[in-house]
Amino acid sequence: MNLQEFIVESIRQSAAQVFSTMLGSELGSGVFSLENGTPESNDGVVSFIGVAGSWAGTGSISCSPTLACHICAHMLMTESTSVDEEVLDAVAELTNMVIGSVKTDLEGQLGPLGLSIPTVVFGRNFRAKSAGTTEWIVLRFQWDGETLVIKLCLAPTEKTSHMVPHAVGTTCPLEV
Amino acid sequence: MESDVLVVDDSAAIRKILQRVLRQTGMAIRSIHEAGDGQEALEQLKGQPGIQLVLTDINMPKMDGLQLLAAMKASTAWHSIPVVMITTEGGETKVGEAVKLGAVGYVRKPFTADQIKEKLAGILEPALRL
Repeated sequence: MNLQEFIVESIRQSAAQVFSTMLGSELGSGVFSLENGTPESNDGVVSFIGVAGSWAGTGSISCSPTLACHICAHMLMTESTSVDEEVLDAVAELTNMVIGSVKTDLEGQLGPLGLSIPTVVFGRNFRAKSAGTTEWIVLRFQWDGETLVIKLCLAPTEKTSHMVPHAVGTTCPLEV
Repeated sequence: MESDVLVVDDSAAIRKILQRVLRQTGMAIRSIHEAGDGQEALEQLKGQPGIQLVLTDINMPKMDGLQLLAAMKASTAWHSIPVVMITTEGGETKVGEAVKLGAVGYVRKPFTADQIKEKLAGILEPALRL
């Protein structure tokens, strides 16, 4: 299994486990695709979380406002009819748990990785773009009649690709 | 004897879920206090001397769970309060650091109510047990 396949499987398993334990609901296996970073128009809720270490990137979860409310209602056992602070917080925590589990899986292969605090955006007709050029691993899940999209882009950091042994006292053009 | 519990997590959703789970355990709890980060947790500990158990996340803004744990263990007032880490962190580095600092338990998110209950049953003082 190559790294891409490993990540896809890890996202599937992590998402299924989070939905099962925290929302009390089953989640299908999702449809996998690779996408470039071209910004596309978004409506709804998008949550981002950064991954850092020898490999770095961004994970995200996006969904419609309706689905965000349903996620919150299942997670907190409350009724959520509009996207408020509680709903945004629930989607952020969902992202934290899913991408956090993927990160833990990846640490066995890539070494220690760090996770940022999630950021959530809610709005209409907005575009988001990562500064990186790496392709996104994308999984689209159908849940509660709506689409939930989980994405992850990850690439080796410059220091990793520059693991060239140096003699003491020699200079290196990449280490400024 | 009823006791106070402090739940520390930057996610209000997780704090709410933990409140519900703690109530379901049947533990003799008087109050469940909340904090959004380590600094707020220290303020709660100062103001609520009845706190006998702390459940804390690791990754939080301002002061993280490991810093909170270290501060508690360095304090004469709070060093004996059991601290359980509840976090997405599954890596050996941070979990090992938490154990080294004196955490009495660790539950990985996502968690079930039974996992929390099982973890707490093994570490609580007799007065807090079912």
